Amino acid sequence: MATTTTDYRICPDTGLQFHRSAENLMKANAVAGVVFLLIGGILALLVTLTRWPAVHLLPADTFYQALTAHGLDMLVFWIIFFEIAVLYFASSTLLRSRLATPKIAWLGFALMIIGAVTTNIAIWRGRSSVMMTSYVPMPAEPTLYLGLILFAVGALIGCFVFLGTLVVARAERTYQGSIPLVTFGALTACIIAIFTIASGAIILIPTFLWSAGYISHIDPLMYRVIWWGFGHSSQQINVAAHVSVWYLVAALVFGAKPMSEKVSRGAFLLYILFLQLASAHHILVDPGVSSEWKIFNTSYAMYLAVLASMVHGLTVPGAIEVAQREKGFNKGLFEWIRKAPWGNPVFSGMFISLIGFGFLGGISGVVMGTEQINIIIHNTIYVPGHFHATVVIGTTLAFMAVTYFLIPALFRRELIWKGLAKWQPYLFGLGMSAFALFMMGAGTLGVQRRHWDMGFTGAMLGYEYPGSAYLMMGIMGIAGVAAVIGGGLYILITVGSILFGKKLPGAQFHDLPTPVPQAAAALQGHGHAGFAAPGTFALALVFLVSFVVYYFINWKYLASVWPLG
Amino acid sequence: MSAILPPSQRLWWKQPLDKVEGTWIALALLWCLILFFMMPFWHVYGKQNLSNEAYRTSPEAFQKKAQELVDQYTVRTETDANIPVVRPPAGSDIYILGRLWQWWPIYELEKGQTYRVHTSSLDWQHGFSLQPLNINFQVLPGYEMVVTMTPDTSGTFTIVCNEYCGVGHHTMVGRIYVVDKKE
Repeated sequence: MATTTTDYRICPDTGLQFHRSAENLMKANAVAGVVFLLIGGILALLVTLTRWPAVHLLPADTFYQALTAHGLDMLVFWIIFFEIAVLYFASSTLLRSRLATPKIAWLGFALMIIGAVTTNIAIWRGRSSVMMTSYVPMPAEPTLYLGLILFAVGALIGCFVFLGTLVVARAERTYQGSIPLVTFGALTACIIAIFTIASGAIILIPTFLWSAGYISHIDPLMYRVIWWGFGHSSQQINVAAHVSVWYLVAALVFGAKPMSEKVSRGAFLLYILFLQLASAHHILVDPGVSSEWKIFNTSYAMYLAVLASMVHGLTVPGAIEVAQREKGFNKGLFEWIRKAPWGNPVFSGMFISLIGFGFLGGISGVVMGTEQINIIIHNTIYVPGHFHATVVIGTTLAFMAVTYFLIPALFRRELIWKGLAKWQPYLFGLGMSAFALFMMGAGTLGVQRRHWDMGFTGAMLGYEYPGSAYLMMGIMGIAGVAAVIGGGLYILITVGSILFGKKLPGAQFHDLPTPVPQAAAALQGHGHAGFAAPGTFALALVFLVSFVVYYFINWKYLASVWPLG
Repeated sequence: MSAILPPSQRLWWKQPLDKVEGTWIALALLWCLILFFMMPFWHVYGKQNLSNEAYRTSPEAFQKKAQELVDQYTVRTETDANIPVVRPPAGSDIYILGRLWQWWPIYELEKGQTYRVHTSSLDWQHGFSLQPLNINFQVLPGYEMVVTMTPDTSGTFTIVCNEYCGVGHHTMVGRIYVVDKKE
């Protein structure tokens, strides 16, 4: 690689080093992600205002079109563009290495853009309202599948550039010992992504050929099994990525270090080993799949992945607690958390993400992933309630939080509207929490997902949901609008800061990478009763009790329905 | 800042874990084991399980079986579309088909009796969702699933489609009546 004298920039505030090629790619991917977040956000508002029964904004066909586009723009395009930026950051920046093959990385970026635009056009043309899952035999235009395939190939290239950068960093000895934990987490995300994209190719390529008329039949059950190998695992990329971002933020804001590398890395390893077939929980109520297979796959795989998330749920705040106690916030169980910088959106966003993901997303996910309980949840609006808690509060909010750090560090601009930025994670995080919670409540009462009209206008036979279901859908609508405003503020603040924020003064440029410094020794001798993080442990017990209680409440609810066999 | 730096101890895997982590991992693992054993436990002691009984079928074959039942046991028709209301003998096999955008036919079942409910789709994927009980399962074209149901509450129950199946999805509503034993 040719190195000019200005190839490496040291950020004067954070001490991080950015390689020019990597930096440009991170910016491009993050900006593309935010553009799709904006599109998805406008669609989110339309979808919410339609499902809010008192408003019921869009006509049915436009609603399903908007819902299809919302799902793909958010769950696929926004999140994966941002994740590619995270991968480049975790490799090139954290390892202080040059980025492997920047030109090929740009090719990947171009394919992702072309794919995302193609898919959006297919949906916009109106004959591809098949939802995120695009279940056969309901057809979409061939360009919908083609766009997704191109996007996936682009993302795959991004993954290989990340792996290549790890190889370059090791070969050029830019660091000593093992890769940092955050990079390890990103590596986890990358490995899962490669598996996932392979599953996507196995199912989307034949589906594309079917849609174009070259294959006559695709078995709907086989489609579902393989599609979910792609669909669910792709959400595990997000989990690995946002957990890495939690560790990153804990390190940046508090200087926190993992309590033990072994535990945190072991938990990431569990994600790699045990989550793929956990996607079986999407077909728990399908015909033609045996109970043994369902139990085996949802238990051995899912619960060990759940264990991993429960471990991260302790070790991330635990690391923060230890760091805070080190700084002298050592009084009682909770002084460390009271004295945390709640006005700093980098921290507040990350912490709300952690709590929301664990309590709302994690518990509801396990409940609906249970073979029998799924009978009373499958395809109700409880399901989007669950994944808005995991993917929006968990992943999107974590990415929002880290953006507030990246604007000065990566874009060298000061944040505009700092007062608003302080409130943004609360508005978005709490709005989205209420949104998810009331969706789950309405789902428990039988309200359907992906359904234009809970009043069944025009149906020959009618049905009236209880008033409480309408009330919950109304609160969901209000909370959804609050969350959309919170998301809109994020876009205004970040785009405004990049364009109009005060330029931050000079970075130092270097012609060679500077070595990664060594970390200080692990912290020891804090906490109470032999526990390094007693406050975190207390919070974890609250979590466990909520989990147990809610899980068994659902069994009780299941026991009240008709006997089935 | 060690989560973003290489571990300070080169042999980090030899570093002992803190008591807080060890305790939590033990508790979490125990809970995961309980979660695991609940599913087989419910198969043995619980009453709500979906059966594994499923067959490959074709829209024509499935429709034929539903039609046979309709021809034999229709007691009246409902709505302008004359949807047949079928009252088969207690304990028999019944066939509910999903198609754009209807669940067909309507059944009248007897409380406390067990029925073998066959479901399949004639076109795209549909979702069988029985309200207000909230029993939900997937209905795929080409697959016929058999679920035994024992209605233990009487009244009018509604089948809503809960898998998106096109623009008329919200009109896809069916019905099951559960009546107390007459005469």
